[in-house]
Amino acid sequence: MSFPPLKEKSFTVKIMSEKIYKLLQQGKRIDERSPYEFRKITMQTNVVEKANGSALVSVGSTRILTGIKVELGAPYSDRPNEGVFSVNAELLPLASKSFEPGPPDERGIELARVVDRCIREGKAIDLEKLCIVPGKLVYVLYIDIYVLDYDGNYFDPSVMSAMAALATCTMPKYSATGERIEGESIKVPIKDVPLSATLGIIKDKLLVDPCLVEENSLDTSIVVCLDSASNVVAIQKNSPGHIPFSLMESIIDIAEEQISRIRAQFKEVVGVG
Amino acid sequence: MTQVMKPKLIDENGIRLDGRGPTDLRPLKMEVSVLEKSDGSAYVELGKTKVYAAVYGPKEAHPKHLAIPDRAILNCRYHMTSFSTDERKTLGMTRREIELSKVIREALESVVFLEEFPRSAIDVFVEVVQADGGTRTAGLTAASLALADAGIPMRELIAAVAVGKVDGTIILDPSDIEDKYGEADMPIGIAPESNTIVLLQLNGKMTKDEFKRGLELARMGIQKIYQAQREALRRKYGVSTTEV
Repeated sequence: MSFPPLKEKSFTVKIMSEKIYKLLQQGKRIDERSPYEFRKITMQTNVVEKANGSALVSVGSTRILTGIKVELGAPYSDRPNEGVFSVNAELLPLASKSFEPGPPDERGIELARVVDRCIREGKAIDLEKLCIVPGKLVYVLYIDIYVLDYDGNYFDPSVMSAMAALATCTMPKYSATGERIEGESIKVPIKDVPLSATLGIIKDKLLVDPCLVEENSLDTSIVVCLDSASNVVAIQKNSPGHIPFSLMESIIDIAEEQISRIRAQFKEVVGVG
Repeated sequence: MTQVMKPKLIDENGIRLDGRGPTDLRPLKMEVSVLEKSDGSAYVELGKTKVYAAVYGPKEAHPKHLAIPDRAILNCRYHMTSFSTDERKTLGMTRREIELSKVIREALESVVFLEEFPRSAIDVFVEVVQADGGTRTAGLTAASLALADAGIPMRELIAAVAVGKVDGTIILDPSDIEDKYGEADMPIGIAPESNTIVLLQLNGKMTKDEFKRGLELARMGIQKIYQAQREALRRKYGVSTTEV
């Protein structure tokens, strides 16, 4: 059953929320960013040698580690010519006092499913090239996301790190008959790089990439994922509250602008985008 | 094992597989107070999609450490029966059901006056009896009716509907087959009086323009659902539609 996470006492939230709103009216943020500005983003790939692909991405002090393990398996019966991938996410207890040990809770499941939607609907992977023997043998990619340090907004760095890990992921090569070709490996075929931007809403004001203090004081927030042609491929309103219809257009426009900046950096570090 | 061929979803006259036009809703049926033991309940039928919702509470929060001193907690469970889908759904909560429980709960939290009931809990259960597309939106529509039926104070009702994109056309209220073979599915929960969005998800590919048109179509489609919700409440609570 879904129940609300324990939050700070609501009067402290109210005071902070008013402060953030007043700053936004002057075009400012509590951490001296402008409203539509991400925190500093760093991306590092191949950080775990035993994984087929891995990436460590930080946005401010929020840090996400994604690793990919490749196995062989059977395709889905209705898609015999396509490889398989699955996304899992864990909010590690070392990342925040609000995360607890145990199997992924609804927040972890939501994160994994949103990243899955970005990759799947953004057509990030050429799944047909992951097929070895049609109907019998395909590559199976396990994309596992770990939140290492949580200072708000785990969605955007998770999408970035999953994509960076995928773009640098190598797999053993197999012949069309399913024989392992020793000593040779191939890269995961990337078709597109979908990326996301999270926007926070307070009354009629918007901000991007909320830090934890902001996240706790927002009216609501929304994750927007766009592909390289700026098609909307996934959206998730991920907290309670109202979004006025009149803000929707600016939300998509601001997301587009921010994502194009992240994309430029992604291309520089990872080489695709 | 062969790849399933995508059927043609819209013919050259713009007519969908079930005979609807792009902006038509499926036949709609709503009723409140359908389950006796709950404090409030509702049944919503949208074509072949059939959903029950029930509300228990406000009651003492359990376990007690979950209680919040200045408001009620709202718990929500969205669940599908094992026989609601083409292939039998495994028992227990799937990852999809856990995610949908969360987004439905968050939508409801936006309109319920939780601060009226400190330290207590309100439980909302959504049970999908048959799934033919649009189950989370039908579930949210039913849940908001069930809350109203339970007499729980709300800022307003929530009406929800999905829009989709099939064969390049933006459509209202996609059925299961349109969702499966279509290009995009976008469930939207709307608070009609304040004209705001309380639930929004998108799965699929839409251009910015299509997304904008999808939002508009949802805003239009919601009116019929909102009307039916108010009628269902009036039928039960004895005010005829013409009087109001």
